[in-house]
Amino acid sequence: MALNIVVCIKPVPDPAYYDKVSIDPVTKRITREGIPTIINPVDKNAIEAALQLKSAYGGKVTVITMAPPNATENLREALAMGADEGILLSDRAFGGADTLATSYTLAKGIEKLGSFDIVFCGAESADGATAQVSSQLGEWLGVPHLWNVFALEAPEEKQLRVKTKIENGAMEWEIKAPCLLAVAREVNKPRFISAMGIIKAKNKPISTWSKADLIVEDSRLGLEGSPTKAGGVFTPDLKRKGEMLKGDPEQIVEEILQRLRAGGISIDLDGSCEWGGGK
Amino acid sequence: MKKKIWVFAEQVKCGLDPVVFELLTKAGELAAELGGETEVAAVLLGDGVEPFCGLLAEQGAEVVYLADDPALGMYNPMLYAPLIVELAKKEEPEIFLFGATAIGSQLGPTVAAGLSTGVAAHCVDMRINSDKLLVADVPSFGGKILGEILCPDTRPQMASVKPGIFVQGPPCPKPLNVVKMDLSLLPKSDLPLKALSLEKKEVEGVPLEKADIVFCGGYGLGNKENWDKLVKLAAIFGGAAACTRPAVDEGWSGGEHLMIGTSGKSIRPKVYVGFGISGATHHICGMKDSGLIISVNKDEKAPVFEVSDVAVAMDLNKVLDGMLARLS
Ligand SMILES: Cc1cc2nc3c(=O)[nH]c(=O)nc-3n(C[C@H](O)[C@H](O)[C@H](O)COP(=O)(O)OP(=O)(O)OC[C@H]3O[C@@H](n4cnc5c(N)ncnc54)[C@H](O)[C@@H]3O)c2cc1C
Ligand SMILES: Cc1cc2nc3c(=O)[nH]c(=O)nc-3n(C[C@H](O)[C@H](O)[C@H](O)COP(=O)(O)OP(=O)(O)OC[C@H]3O[C@@H](n4cnc5c(N)ncnc54)[C@H](O)[C@@H]3O)c2cc1C
Repeated sequence: MALNIVVCIKPVPDPAYYDKVSIDPVTKRITREGIPTIINPVDKNAIEAALQLKSAYGGKVTVITMAPPNATENLREALAMGADEGILLSDRAFGGADTLATSYTLAKGIEKLGSFDIVFCGAESADGATAQVSSQLGEWLGVPHLWNVFALEAPEEKQLRVKTKIENGAMEWEIKAPCLLAVAREVNKPRFISAMGIIKAKNKPISTWSKADLIVEDSRLGLEGSPTKAGGVFTPDLKRKGEMLKGDPEQIVEEILQRLRAGGISIDLDGSCEWGGGK
Repeated sequence: MKKKIWVFAEQVKCGLDPVVFELLTKAGELAAELGGETEVAAVLLGDGVEPFCGLLAEQGAEVVYLADDPALGMYNPMLYAPLIVELAKKEEPEIFLFGATAIGSQLGPTVAAGLSTGVAAHCVDMRINSDKLLVADVPSFGGKILGEILCPDTRPQMASVKPGIFVQGPPCPKPLNVVKMDLSLLPKSDLPLKALSLEKKEVEGVPLEKADIVFCGGYGLGNKENWDKLVKLAAIFGGAAACTRPAVDEGWSGGEHLMIGTSGKSIRPKVYVGFGISGATHHICGMKDSGLIISVNKDEKAPVFEVSDVAVAMDLNKVLDGMLARLS
């Protein structure tokens, strides 16, 4: 027996450069020129999780993305990590998709692959960052799904033990394949790509599927299939006055304490040692 | 027909999540903007949760839709989502708000898929426009860009909001009106997904979200000793210590639950004091609403100074030690 695993990866502008993202004053569109496109960081954890399960149980890892044509480079990188096959879903009709339309299209691509045991996603993309695609993909595929998985064991091939993060804690689950898991970055450490991996990746297959290759309802694709519509975009103005304090450390400390008090924190600087909270 | 604004009343173990009250307050404001006959309601699922109905009514819920059943004791999307989807199909709410907590972040989009409607994710602000549509400001690119998201053609218009984004208003009590949900929809057969356990750590000291003063440490702290100093300082003021992502990754801070930013918490203390933080948008968008922002960074060109009220260009070791010496 072996596992058939699918990993969804999203190419995103490298988040290290998001301070450089801006809005073109004329076209009012988001400009991200010069920012390199990388695999969404946590999607590498998803690939790693898939590769680890494959090495435990055998099988196949397919990476899939819905993206513009140049995303084959990102797929190739995933193949160099060790995935076996890449699928690019690319068509003008897929453009402008919100999470419902994105997850629908991914589901149709995955269905075309035939049966699967586990689909891995990242918990959240770096750019859109809605964290919605994985849950909605699970719904379209009609399989149980979990989000924010930070620990994962497969005591049996098709039965997983999974932990998800919640606020200040965790939930533990038992989930049967076929299923979908969206992983958090704590789940593992993605492997580095080896020179051998890069060479092997050259001969691994990447297929590109357009709308015509999928069995889809047109009205569920792209902009048309997206219940959400985008209004204006803007950059929040976060500027404050940045008044620079001067002096030696002792003076600075006094100055800071004065500011804290002015900011509404009650401190009794001259009295005894009663440091009340600001309540 | 009356328009309905719903809030998912998330509760885990020890009570209702504070985000529920923040959302009920916002729902009340949106109801006023929508005008006409608009009703605010809460959707509550769990085991032994009936006593919470009163708290929800107290904060403005005119109706509480309740599903109280032992099967719902632990959150499970395969149990919760179908019940909520069916209820929404029947009652047709205009707007449906979820906390972008771990559970809400999964349940919201799952319910939306069942209703084929849209969700505006992690909204930082929302309002009703002249067409009586919900407009939600949604961050992307780590908070650098905000986009307006609308959901003009399908209902409900859904949105998720992180805890701490909106402020809980004063109580606005409504008469208790509980409507029981149809539990016959609960699946009887074995599910392929089972929740086995739920653990919550007790938070030590003042919870980050409630602290009036937060001392936040970044990569510039350089070591765990400095983090411990920060915690000490926070304790002196009855405040809380928080951190950036590198301070989590380095293992200095107490953990990710203390991280501020797009992937962490949003806070709005009276005063925020940052040590060794460069000012990446990912972090700033979680603390930008603080009353007063003081930043200590040895680099006088650090971008964080642009978003601070008070800038201290100095080695943080000197400032930390100086403050502790002055206050001990
Ligand atoms: C400013 C702005 C605001 C937006 N706000 C919203 C909004 O509020 N609601 C909404 O529905 N849409 C919104 N969108 C659109 C949304 O970003 C796109 O639908 C996007 O294609 C998918 O969402 P995401 O990046 O948030 O993915 P997430 O849900 O954060 O991604 C989670 C995981 O899903 C997988 N995944 C996501 N996209 C792909 C893909 N294309 N190919 C393969 N795997 C993928 C990856 O494994 C990824 O790690 C917004 C877009 C912008 C630019
Ligand atoms: C998808 C994604 C999500 C993210 N989410 C978050 C998030 O939620 N929260 C978050 O915080 N980050 C997040 N990040 C990371 C974020 O992009 C930044 O990398 C991070 O905020 C930087 O943290 P920092 O300022 O502590 O470290 P750095 O950027 O390394 O800055 C350290 C600063 O310390 C100063 N310094 C060094 N030594 C001293 C000294 N002795 N005295 C005084 N100053 C000193 C330096 O001058 C420098 O400015 C995310 C990243 C990604 C890709």
